[in-house]
Amino acid sequence: MKTKLLGTLLLVGMIILTPGCGNGDSEQAPAATSNSSGNGGDTAAAIAAERELSPDDVRAALLTYQPSGRIDDYIMFASGGHAGQVFVIGMPSMRLLRSIAVFTPESWQGWGYGIGNDILADGNIEGRENLWGDTHHPALSETNGDYDGEWLFINDKAHARIAVIDLRDFETKQIVKNPIAINDHGGAVATPNTEWIIEGGQYATPLGWDYAPIDEYNDSYRGSVTFWKFDREKGRIDPDRSFAMELPPYWQDIFDAGKLVSDGWVFGNSFNTELATGGIEDGNAPFEAGASQRDADYMHIINLDKAAKVYEAGKFTKVKGFPVISLKTSIEEGLLFFAPEPKSPHGVDVAPKGEYIVVSGKLDPHVTIYSFEKMMQAIADKNWTHDQYGVPILDFDAVVEAQVEVGLGPLHTQFDNKGYAYTSLFLDTQVARWTLGGAYSDLHDEPDWSVAAKTSVHYNVGHIAAAEGDTVSPDGKYLVSLNKWSVDRFFTTGPLLPQNFQLLDIDKPGDKMQLLYDMPMGIGEPHYAQIIKADKLKPWKVYPEVGWDPHTQSVSPDAVKPGEERIERNGKNVDVYMSVVRSHFNPEHVEVNQGDHVTWHLTNVERALDATHGFAIPGYDINLSLEAGEHLTIEFDADLPGTFTFYCSEFCSALHLEMTGYLRVKPTEVAAAVTE
Amino acid sequence: MNQALNKIVGPRIHPDEWAAHRGRYLLPTALLVLAAVMLLVSIFLPFWHMQLNAPQYPGGLHVTGYVNRLAGDVAEIDSLNHYIGMRPLNEAAQFEKATAVMMITALSLLVLGAVFIHSKWAALLSIPAVLFPVGFLVDLHLWLSYFGNNLDPTAPLSSSIKPFTPPVLGTGKVGQFETIASAQSGLILAAVASLVILVALWRHRAAYKPLLDTQAQSGSGDNPQKKPEATD
Repeated sequence: MKTKLLGTLLLVGMIILTPGCGNGDSEQAPAATSNSSGNGGDTAAAIAAERELSPDDVRAALLTYQPSGRIDDYIMFASGGHAGQVFVIGMPSMRLLRSIAVFTPESWQGWGYGIGNDILADGNIEGRENLWGDTHHPALSETNGDYDGEWLFINDKAHARIAVIDLRDFETKQIVKNPIAINDHGGAVATPNTEWIIEGGQYATPLGWDYAPIDEYNDSYRGSVTFWKFDREKGRIDPDRSFAMELPPYWQDIFDAGKLVSDGWVFGNSFNTELATGGIEDGNAPFEAGASQRDADYMHIINLDKAAKVYEAGKFTKVKGFPVISLKTSIEEGLLFFAPEPKSPHGVDVAPKGEYIVVSGKLDPHVTIYSFEKMMQAIADKNWTHDQYGVPILDFDAVVEAQVEVGLGPLHTQFDNKGYAYTSLFLDTQVARWTLGGAYSDLHDEPDWSVAAKTSVHYNVGHIAAAEGDTVSPDGKYLVSLNKWSVDRFFTTGPLLPQNFQLLDIDKPGDKMQLLYDMPMGIGEPHYAQIIKADKLKPWKVYPEVGWDPHTQSVSPDAVKPGEERIERNGKNVDVYMSVVRSHFNPEHVEVNQGDHVTWHLTNVERALDATHGFAIPGYDINLSLEAGEHLTIEFDADLPGTFTFYCSEFCSALHLEMTGYLRVKPTEVAAAVTE
Repeated sequence: MNQALNKIVGPRIHPDEWAAHRGRYLLPTALLVLAAVMLLVSIFLPFWHMQLNAPQYPGGLHVTGYVNRLAGDVAEIDSLNHYIGMRPLNEAAQFEKATAVMMITALSLLVLGAVFIHSKWAALLSIPAVLFPVGFLVDLHLWLSYFGNNLDPTAPLSSSIKPFTPPVLGTGKVGQFETIASAQSGLILAAVASLVILVALWRHRAAYKPLLDTQAQSGSGDNPQKKPEATD
């Protein structure tokens, strides 16, 4: 099969390189005669020639094309940036499968329009609604350092919130607001068995974001990292078993969890160790300059296992009711260490076996590889100096394993199964493949710690994601470059252009990584993505039983059985029990009085795959997506009198348009006249 | 009275004859027991299956009939059938489904009973079991016909679907659906049991006819001790 495909490829390539075959005369396309029915213009070779596709183009097409009905091998979960969602993408086809609404209302899923309103409200800040989010770093749940396909976590950089998504139904189940931080960037990250979800802060504020003048920056402003306890049984973060650590007011950036040998430790990085406070309007250096003066910032090395014990021992203070281990306690207990790192880094990425930590400083052309073993030795030897807050800074030379000059603007690193690491180069707009040493040395033919290949991407790559590329067993095969700019890659859609996801073939070792596919991302600005083997996911095809409440993941006590539809009135409270099926609602008429409080229970009693119904009430800002078996309850005050036509907003059947009904809200004066 | 009973039960086998031709009498007995067991086993097996193929249902919809219940995509088929005004599938054959286990058990016991009857009455006891598979299909056909021809005239698509009877076995067509009905292991087992009974009755007759003839010659049914003549 492989040989045959290769043969076809070579022949197709040769034919394309043969001049004058544009018309696809049959004698010029012997390779394609098998699929030609006398119409030379339809042969693969002729089409390739007519469309001016090079052999590499044809190869890329053949590697990514999925015939109708063929399911992708890998699934990518990409953040949506300030669209506040998560996107699910099939690979290698790069087809967008769906979005998952998280922090931002999304009416197709009904999210915020009757579904998930309570969950969104849990993300309120001091009682204020915040109906958008800035999702950055998705984290799949892990078992023994490998993705297990059960849960997905995502942070909201704007408001320091973490959301939990259940991968049985791909729906958001929980949003937790960090009580002490107003923004985050260091998560979400899952520990190797998903005991903890790590959320590092970003821009320093007083903890709890109370007011403090900027000239008190060094003393009053602080950074933080929060460890959220995940209760896998309940499928929820348990805030009552979670805690945070106070950090110096450096701007902490992304974190990663140690694994295998470094399990129990957490690594983060930081910028603005200059403690710059900006103020361009007053003639001060702006943040971008002030925060970039020193050659080194500090990698944060945290003993999470020990920190958890310190927390359990009660050695914490409370900020806004949330347990925080103070900087002083962290230093005394030996929970926190620093190591100098190239300045203004973003990625801090733990190698598959857990023994190396790769840091890329955006303003340094190297990636710097730290040895966990050497870190532990330096800590044992107390080979350190201290920063102004008293945190031990390990000696750089004592903990570094290697440095590799990869190019300009290194940002984020992923790994494969062939002893290579991959680093995005923002300024060079390239992806670099380089070799790891140590235990990975035998997996590749090139010298250790050297660049093996570079591929240009278009343009300005931020994060990259390789198939299971941040786990203990990366798959290799595919890498996606999450490019910030698309510039000239697509039709110009006005001044706001899509992002560009580019798929790279990293299956073969050596100096070539072919660019296979450009996927425009015109519905959000993803930052990071994780890619999981599709067969690890076990999603439900329909909800397990009719009347299923997706929030409790059990049958709702209010589930409506066919034949038991009814409207119950109790004073001013009206309960509607409605069944939903192709192609009718039952009941079809609901009449209430203005001022009634309406609780509407809806059960989609369908069992067929894809038999989703919508339920929209115009004027009341309600639109639900009721998937097969799903039960939902909505409540509203019928304060707007009139005649409202509720209808199925998801095309369901041949008689979909007929799937409608009337909500009549009797004005107070009419209702009064009737009762008199 | 006793004489009538003896006539029904038929002659007993003389111990000498039993010793000489054990196999001759054991064969019909074994076949009848086998058929009874097959019938009992069939209770747990699917009897009938219908697959409904339509473009939007890759893999089709399936309903499997057991003697006492329906399994498969019944809810989905009902949900579709309401468009043409067909009654829910589970409303069909309620009496048959409720009594099937009891009835089949009774059929099996009758067949087992035939083991002890050495006269023509053995055939009478076994005939219901022989006819059972055919009866099942006839009953099913009548229900399919009743359901397909008694559609609710006010149903959404009543004007576009004419009354129809899906074939009880084989392929039919209704709307965009192709129906493929087939016999399943339980029905096949019951049909094989019928054949086994027929063979058993044939061997039964061959074995006991000489005894009966002898009995008739002796002019009395109360002398089973008389040794029959050897037939071979």
